[in-house]
Amino acid sequence: MIEAIVEAIRLAVTRIPDDVVSALREAYEREENGVARFNLGNILRAIEIGRTESIPVCQDTGTLMFFVKAGLRSPFLGEIERAIVEATRLATEKVPLRPNAVDVLTGKNLGDNTGRGVPIIHWELVGGNEIEMAVLPKGGGSENCSALAMLTPGEGWEGVKRFVVEKVKACGGKPCPPVVLGIGVGGGADYSLLLAKKALLRRVGERNPDERIAEIEGELLEEVNALGIGPMGMGGKTTALDVKIEVAHRHPASFPVGLIVQCWANRRAFVRIKPDGRVEVWQ
Amino acid sequence: MAVRLRTPLSTEDVLRLKAGDVVYLSGEIVTARDSAHRRILSLPKEKLPFNPEGAVIYHCGPVVRKTHGSYEIVSAGPTTSARMNRYLDGVLDLGIRGIIGKGGMKAEPFRGRAVYFAFTGGAGSLAAKSVKRVRAVHWLDLGIPEALWVLEVEDFPLLVAIDAHGNSLYR
Repeated sequence: MIEAIVEAIRLAVTRIPDDVVSALREAYEREENGVARFNLGNILRAIEIGRTESIPVCQDTGTLMFFVKAGLRSPFLGEIERAIVEATRLATEKVPLRPNAVDVLTGKNLGDNTGRGVPIIHWELVGGNEIEMAVLPKGGGSENCSALAMLTPGEGWEGVKRFVVEKVKACGGKPCPPVVLGIGVGGGADYSLLLAKKALLRRVGERNPDERIAEIEGELLEEVNALGIGPMGMGGKTTALDVKIEVAHRHPASFPVGLIVQCWANRRAFVRIKPDGRVEVWQ
Repeated sequence: MAVRLRTPLSTEDVLRLKAGDVVYLSGEIVTARDSAHRRILSLPKEKLPFNPEGAVIYHCGPVVRKTHGSYEIVSAGPTTSARMNRYLDGVLDLGIRGIIGKGGMKAEPFRGRAVYFAFTGGAGSLAAKSVKRVRAVHWLDLGIPEALWVLEVEDFPLLVAIDAHGNSLYR
């Protein structure tokens, strides 16, 4: 089980998912200006090196986040948290990862990506006897551009669009565009941000199954790309590869919007642990 | 225009560059992020572990592997430079003539004395190909990402994103 989680972490940081690579290739074909092509060309070469040499594509291997769907009847329920922490330590040494966990008071980096509250684990208890988890290594530069807006219901969806577009504009090249935007609407302050982050696990190019939300995703993607920020903020047609919106019901007085900005290296991997101990790892 | 340059850079070297030029940089570069900048600016110039005159700082926290007692750079792309805006005047006053990073910085402090080179953020595996070896590492007490890594690079392909004449490629 620990080996499978290490393998998923390695996969996530060394191999950019196919859907993301396709979107980046299309962006490269679309761009005409030399600077945008310089950056996208470098991105595509870096992805290829990561894949063939099995090394981290980006040196910021992120804060490791795990979204666990834990089957109530899985025999491994009691072991999974320790396995995740141990796998994080092992992966830091073996992949290797950059040690990214720093004590907020002393500034000390213990060097193995574990510490108070990290790796971050989000639990969801589900039926069944399997455990499924997603690994999301989240980079700091893009996370620094994430934001929360507590809109009034009167501002509504127009307000959501305005907030997102203004935020992306203000961030310029800082989050490593072309970005993927995860947006959570409703639920409350904390929950909207959690929805936004989980939205990043969806494949690039895949729309929300609710057609009304899918339409807003498409409109926002167009508006963000019209900003012309371009790859690395130096101009171009592609500022975002995709926009993902997830929703929850809201309080009558509130219209929370969580925005998680993800860099072009929209990394992820998944692990499934069967009740007999067999494992599957995929992207 | 594409040019080959070697560190340390002279004022003439940087004044010749224009935003949009491609530079293949060789020689020594020194990584520094937030904590290292604070330490650089807290020390007298002669106490620094590198000579800042004409030097190039790289905003980077690499992934490293230690084998047989020596360090190897595995992945080493740039970090977001805007965080270092607050230290920019301070380091340029020390004689730094080039900064490599991503996302851009305030353009004005570079005028007449230095340039900002951009490398593609996230392309760490590609950047590592230009790093020939680790010459030294200082301040490891700050942690691996924040330490001062003295790197020897060869033909590191960079874009002049902010030149010494007030021009910037950033939108």
